[in-house]
Amino acid sequence: MSVRIEDLVRRAPGNHDRILLDQVTVDIPDGAFVALVGPSGAGKTTLLRAIAGLDPFDTGRIVIDDRNTNDLSARERNVGFVFQNYALFRHMTVAKNISFGLDVLPGSQRPAKSEIDRRVKELLDLIQLPDLGSSYPQRLSGGQRQRVALARALATRPKHLLLDEPFGALDPVVRRTVRQWLRSLHDQLGLTTILVTHDQEEALDVADRLVVMQDGRIVQDDGAEALENRPATPFVMEFLGETLSFPGRITGGMFLPELPHVAPFPVAGIADGPAAALIRPHEIRLTPEAGGAPVQRAGSRYGLSKLAVDLGDRIVDILVPASEAVPASGVKLHIAAARLFRDDRLLEPTHEARVAAA
Amino acid sequence: MSALTRWSLVGATWLIILIVLILPPLLVLSEALRDGLLTALQTLADPDALSAIQLTVEMTILSVAINTVFGVLAAWTISKYRFPFRGVLVALIEIPISVSPVVAGLVWLLLFGSQGWWGAALDRYNIHIAFASPGILLATLFVTFPYVARTVLPLMEQQGRDAEDAAMLLGASFWQILWRVTLPDARWALLSGVLLTTARAMGEFGAVSVVSGHIPGMTETMPLHIETLYNGYQSVAAFTMAALLALMAMLTVGFRAMFENRARRMAKAGGMEA
Repeated sequence: MSVRIEDLVRRAPGNHDRILLDQVTVDIPDGAFVALVGPSGAGKTTLLRAIAGLDPFDTGRIVIDDRNTNDLSARERNVGFVFQNYALFRHMTVAKNISFGLDVLPGSQRPAKSEIDRRVKELLDLIQLPDLGSSYPQRLSGGQRQRVALARALATRPKHLLLDEPFGALDPVVRRTVRQWLRSLHDQLGLTTILVTHDQEEALDVADRLVVMQDGRIVQDDGAEALENRPATPFVMEFLGETLSFPGRITGGMFLPELPHVAPFPVAGIADGPAAALIRPHEIRLTPEAGGAPVQRAGSRYGLSKLAVDLGDRIVDILVPASEAVPASGVKLHIAAARLFRDDRLLEPTHEARVAAA
Repeated sequence: MSALTRWSLVGATWLIILIVLILPPLLVLSEALRDGLLTALQTLADPDALSAIQLTVEMTILSVAINTVFGVLAAWTISKYRFPFRGVLVALIEIPISVSPVVAGLVWLLLFGSQGWWGAALDRYNIHIAFASPGILLATLFVTFPYVARTVLPLMEQQGRDAEDAAMLLGASFWQILWRVTLPDARWALLSGVLLTTARAMGEFGAVSVVSGHIPGMTETMPLHIETLYNGYQSVAAFTMAALLALMAMLTVGFRAMFENRARRMAKAGGMEA
């Protein structure tokens, strides 16, 4: 039940210089829950639609369950697909929508009417809408439609589930509930799921693995922890959360920041040269320093105080424990954990910096 | 806007509609019934009149059936695929609306008349198109081509491809998608287009007049027969036939107005879904 994508290339129709998918290779093992993430136009949906067989590609292979999809019809792919706008059949009841995949089976494979009804009821229970079978889609809320679309995709018992921005149109509270429910459904049914989203928080919350895409290429394909600790490029780091960047140089095992009032810190095993230290807003400590950077409270978040530190040519927002006093005389910044980049590539190792600063 | 302005506008609109649209059919009806209902009905029993009614019904059914298929095909192709000169095709579909039907009739004569390009050759095989029913059908087809396509097209554009893609991924074949997803979803617009085609096909005069040759009892449809009767000073017969034709057309348009409302509600519900 695995999906393997090898060297997939797709050029824009009508403009062959624009590459929509650039040598994309991904391996999605049986039972995995993978999120394709990236900004709009990164190629996530293009890739998902290619896997489903909705869009063509120029070169490369898509192998589902060890079978090259070039030889497979949409039905043989054994794939359930949920569209961004749900794409429910608005002239059919919810029950008819759900049973569609069974109703269109050729006579010899189609289950008996009673069997189909039973399956529809089972799915309505599964999506927790047992009484809505006879309603029409336009009577349903966004969250309900989303679940009906999911039930419809699951009716023929596919082993793979492809979801294209399935939570996009839902309000934040419903979103959180539906995605947790989706994750439990994935585990319960033993599905292999590929989710497209531009919301990194959602992806981190629900998927085992994130495939970060940018300009039709895969930038990094890793678990949440690895992405956080060892982002392949500054883009990955910035995409996954608020990021502060401190330009500087590495000289003789020390990182020397360009900006004033930022303390140098030791790094080990990295050649001298220019570098940038990227941190999350909470990965920093303050010490009072006379004539240091002026600092001001700027609200709070997650129970932490947000402080605006004026470093001369720019102001950075950092997060510190709410209990921490704000020195009036000025501060010096101590970077506690940084990922170092040179020419947009991660410099390893970084844990040395962590250990040294701790 | 003051109440006075509003009411005078509403009044003026009604007055114009009354004079231009409602009065003529009423006058036709009163002319038809001048010598009583019985006399009027008797004129319809005339063999030429019956032949004209029959021919009109036949031609209408055939052209509606054929243009429904072509119209759906055209609308579907244009709305679901992107291809070169797509915009040109959309414009071409509307040619029959802008070109005078007489011109269309002449074109068919040019092709199939005995002096025409292919007329003599077809005559040899005893195939008659001009001055016969096939010619009338061709003329009617040309004139009524746009209506189904143009009413269904906007709805199909608005449908997009997602529902069809979803059906395809659920394993539906091309025909299953067309019969179970695309057409049922477009049914009110389709019905509205079919009825518009019906009304137009029944009333077509110009193109049919040119290709039919006006042979009473043979190639005269209702509109042509009305002209023949009127020119022959049989005004009761002419107005009775005219009243019947008007009634048929108005019924069709009435149905259409009913379904149009439903179609609009459907479209609105669809808009909410997007």
